[in-house]
Amino acid sequence: MKTRRDFIKISAAGAGVAALGLSPLSWNGVKTLTASNEQSPVSDDEMTPYPTYCEVCFWKCAGWTYVDKKGEIKKIIGNKEDPHCNGRLCPRGTGGIGMYYDEDRLKTPLIRETDKEGNSYFRKASWDEALDVVAKNLKKVADEHGPECVALFNHGSGGKFFGTFLHAFGSPNIAAPSFAQCRGPRETAWIATFGEGVGSPEPTDIRDTNCLVLIGSHLGENMHNGQVQEMSQAIDNGATIITVDPRLSTAASKSKYWLPIKPSTDLALLLAWIHVAIYEDIYNKEYVEQYAYGFDELKEHVKNMTPEWAYGITTIKPDIIRKTAREMANAAPSVIIHPGRHVTWYGDDTQRIRAVAILNALFGSWGNRGGFYMKESFHLPKPKIPAYPKPKKTWRDAYPGQFNLASLALSSGICDATIPTEDRACSFKAWIVSGTNLPLTLPNKANTLKAISHLEFMVVIDTMPMEVTGYADVVLPECTYLERYDLIRTSPHREPYIALRMPAVKPKYDSKPAWWIAKTLAEKMGLGDYFPYDDITDLLDWQLKQVGSSLEEMQRIGVKKFDRESGGLYFQKGEEIEFNTPTGKIELFSNDLAAEGFDPFPVYTHHPEPPEGFYRLIYGRAPMHTFSRTANNHNLWDLKNENSVWINPKVADLWDLKKDQKVWLKNQDGIVSSYPIKVRVTERIRWDSVYMVHGFGHSDKKLSRAHGRGANDSELITKVMIDPVMGGTGMRGNFVTFLKEKPVDEEVES
Amino acid sequence: MKEELFISGRNIPNVDPYLNIWHWQIPIYLYLGGLAAGIMFFAGYFTIMRKEKDMETTVKWAPFLVPGALVVGLFALFLDLKHQLYFWRLYTTIRLESPMSWGAWTLMLVTPLSFIWVASYMKELFPKWDWKFNILNKAEALAIKYRKSMAWAMMLLAVVLGVYTGILLSAFNARPLWNTSVLGILFLTSGLSTGLAASMWMSKSKYERKVLSRLDLIMIGIELFLIIHMLMGFLAASEVQIEAAHLFLGGEFTVVFWVFVIILGLVFPATLEVLELKGFHIPVWIPALLILIGGLVFRFVMVEAGQITRFLY
Amino acid sequence: MRYAMAIDTKKCVGCGDCVVACQTENNVPHGYCRDWIVENVVGSYPNVEIELRSERCNHCDNSPCVRCCPTGASHIVEGGIVKVTHNMCIGCGACIQSCPYDARYSHPDGYVDKCTFCDHRLAKGQSPACVAVCPTNCLYFGDLEDPNSDVSKALKNRKWKVLAPEAGTKPQLYFLT
Repeated sequence: MKTRRDFIKISAAGAGVAALGLSPLSWNGVKTLTASNEQSPVSDDEMTPYPTYCEVCFWKCAGWTYVDKKGEIKKIIGNKEDPHCNGRLCPRGTGGIGMYYDEDRLKTPLIRETDKEGNSYFRKASWDEALDVVAKNLKKVADEHGPECVALFNHGSGGKFFGTFLHAFGSPNIAAPSFAQCRGPRETAWIATFGEGVGSPEPTDIRDTNCLVLIGSHLGENMHNGQVQEMSQAIDNGATIITVDPRLSTAASKSKYWLPIKPSTDLALLLAWIHVAIYEDIYNKEYVEQYAYGFDELKEHVKNMTPEWAYGITTIKPDIIRKTAREMANAAPSVIIHPGRHVTWYGDDTQRIRAVAILNALFGSWGNRGGFYMKESFHLPKPKIPAYPKPKKTWRDAYPGQFNLASLALSSGICDATIPTEDRACSFKAWIVSGTNLPLTLPNKANTLKAISHLEFMVVIDTMPMEVTGYADVVLPECTYLERYDLIRTSPHREPYIALRMPAVKPKYDSKPAWWIAKTLAEKMGLGDYFPYDDITDLLDWQLKQVGSSLEEMQRIGVKKFDRESGGLYFQKGEEIEFNTPTGKIELFSNDLAAEGFDPFPVYTHHPEPPEGFYRLIYGRAPMHTFSRTANNHNLWDLKNENSVWINPKVADLWDLKKDQKVWLKNQDGIVSSYPIKVRVTERIRWDSVYMVHGFGHSDKKLSRAHGRGANDSELITKVMIDPVMGGTGMRGNFVTFLKEKPVDEEVES
Repeated sequence: MKEELFISGRNIPNVDPYLNIWHWQIPIYLYLGGLAAGIMFFAGYFTIMRKEKDMETTVKWAPFLVPGALVVGLFALFLDLKHQLYFWRLYTTIRLESPMSWGAWTLMLVTPLSFIWVASYMKELFPKWDWKFNILNKAEALAIKYRKSMAWAMMLLAVVLGVYTGILLSAFNARPLWNTSVLGILFLTSGLSTGLAASMWMSKSKYERKVLSRLDLIMIGIELFLIIHMLMGFLAASEVQIEAAHLFLGGEFTVVFWVFVIILGLVFPATLEVLELKGFHIPVWIPALLILIGGLVFRFVMVEAGQITRFLY
Repeated sequence: MRYAMAIDTKKCVGCGDCVVACQTENNVPHGYCRDWIVENVVGSYPNVEIELRSERCNHCDNSPCVRCCPTGASHIVEGGIVKVTHNMCIGCGACIQSCPYDARYSHPDGYVDKCTFCDHRLAKGQSPACVAVCPTNCLYFGDLEDPNSDVSKALKNRKWKVLAPEAGTKPQLYFLT
């Protein structure tokens, strides 16, 4: 069915010679006599370093971009002064130069046109024209429906500028997929328990911990740089690692205890641990006495949740449950039950993380060395701008009475609220999408596309021609982080640090930095006052001078440390602390949840299991890629150019599947993966599940390296379990079976 | 279940999934080298035994093949090089530990020698041949005078050449299939056998053919013995070599090896030669051609199979 | 001076940072690599173990590649580092055949290339690119003859193994287990 918003699949004009480093004159290596055969590496002294912070993932490690005498970027190295990376970037940061050199990058602004036959295509345009089109259409939506009907989806540093623009425009509806699709439940659960969210990056004191419990975290495959580094330090220090995972993850292979849990039963294990902690009297009595509320009710609640009860549900033996609980207790308060990162699994995720929070509280890890430290971020003064117009409605109005405990906007909520329904007064009419590939990020791709088809206007700002750009009305090419300034990084850590990002080279092609795009667009719409600077460097210099530094200093040092102002890194013994909860204490019994009608203590619920012939689809990360963002990056593509589906050898025998064979995956709703995926027969995965790394199976042909490689897991995630507490999208309840031959008569997205 | 895999995307051309960096050029070169060695050896041998009159083809005609074979072989080797402009570096040094260096220098000596040997017989075989330059006439006289010394030199260098084609491979202990000391003498024997076959085919004299075919039978016999010996050695050696031997005993090269190399290349021609000697008339080109082809296939199989065998992964 | 490297398999997470860093530092062409990660899985679910190894040229003490080079392009420099002089290499491939670790590759420019322990960085007092970037700090490098070097200390305190010791190459890459 042709919708208004057809996916435009023009091939890249002049894709260029594949960059394999092969000399076109090479015949068995014959080269001209004068050609130098010495490709000696360039010494650091002959290069100029420019400070930056990485944009490949959200960790934002500070580093130095090395540019040689010819003005070419040669490598990126970590900044030794930055505690987020300690001078060592992860593979994605090191491979960040691939983002700059990617020849498939968006090069000019594009405007959608329709030809005589009704086919859509993109035409190149100037910035002026493209921004005029954006301004005109946004104004139209504002006039007809109200500025609140414009939403911003953002995942990246550029989003800050578009956020300012949107607020100035009159809409508060800004969402990042990292909330409802990722860490949302744990923020809500933590706020309900401790009065503040976990935040990003997590304030886990891994380097000093005696016991690290990873339940639903595959640290080492998820490359949170600072945490992986600290986990390595913990291993050196002999810390105990306990990993709960149905798969032998990398972290599990380094653990003293690996609990190969049956998928979807983690909450039972957590409740059993709480039971053991309380009933074996090994919890942190002093801490609980001083800071916690609701202990007696909790004790009563977990009375029957014994390890034996949990054994029947989780298949983890009772003595292991007891042993591991005692390990945690021995280490307490230097124990971390990691809150995880991507926690949207089955729809009861807030409650599961509540159990994690309660367990941490029982052992007293929150606020203690080796547990969680009290992070602090630096605050830079903001420029004086006019007050934002007051919006008359927000995304919450689309879900009256629901998700009151969600602390941030729900991207999936906004997406769903773009599809008009009878019971909703209005729906979203325009999207601004910056740095997030929605068809692969949001679950249930068909639903996302349906929402897009109801939009009156969509503008996408990105560096690469990701799938989402194919649906846009206007595509704006942003330059990569190596070519631009952004706001000063103020991520929290043990001490407040700031980091500068400055361009190492001029923007390639006709791409522009986000600040310029947002500012120019604002000026076209009469909102220029909200960007009170001519060039971003004016703003940065002004901000830095207010706090005793300067742009010039930051350009020299890259990273600067300030003194803590908000109190100690850890709680002092006996210190009186007021938590930001209804009772002022750590709420084991959650009043917030009770007030909204939810269980104040987590209760285990059984989740559906795979039907006969189907296997649970589990997905995760690879340390050399960031979601789907880096699939086309040549340096990282060299490391991993496709994903594979992990299948247990017994299952492989059953289905007669061999290593490297290609299969198509079909899920319980009959959706078949667009591309086949390679089989990996491995003992690392349970026989009732299959595993694949997220971020592959790109359908956009303009991504010359990523197109058609591997399979896309998000198109198979059609059953979404919404968390009633905060609207998170649980995605682990999908089951797949194998098709050995290319299916016919199926809807294949090309 | 044991699983070992590269997880950093390693897929180096010609190295992964298994080594295949030497293609047709090397087996051709080894084969032609062995063939040349075989012809030269017997040319020299019969000269020393003063049997030039009886073994005319072997001593005078067959060596015509040698310069051509060596030049073609060297050219194939040159094509195999990936940094061809620097090939002359081979001749700037002698590295005693490198068989390839030995080979380069041996060929440096053998090739001119074979040219001279052939040149020395030009007038005898082509009466109308004229050297045109006086200095060449003088050189020819010199060559004819020292023919016996040349014959000794040729025999010696032929053995070095034949053995070198085997040692070149057996010095690589990283490729378990090659890492056997039998390979040197095996390739020499194979080379001698193909040399004899070539001479036999070219010969018009019944006596000569009888002598050559008797010698050839001995060579084939030795060759078969060495091959069995080699395989037995592998099966009694370490794990990697047992696995290497299994390439020929049930693995992917089993059919090619036993059918084309052993049966069609050695056993069947030997049988034909025995029958010929017993009195049945067999057209000489059949066993000769089979032996020549068998030798070529043997080199190809060894080079390709050897690169597949490895210590790790 | 005998340079060597120790890889702590207990800390290596197989992220591939060493591979990318080497690529950007040494201009390794796409499709080739001087170092790589091997994952070894043994056992049967749920009694499974994995070993992760970051591998590269072992700069062997008894290196077969230096022995077999017909032109002397493959040679050993100060510290036991095995190097290739590009304009002496004829691209014959003998050294590639002779390496039991498949550490060498034929560079598209014609010569044979491999890990050089970043000797251009060692000359400036820096450590090899892979060692400097590893986020888990699992690579230890230094002079084996110096008892205070990182690698000597690592080897003293831990159990270690080398790859294919039966090949007789005396490799200088030690894997801490």
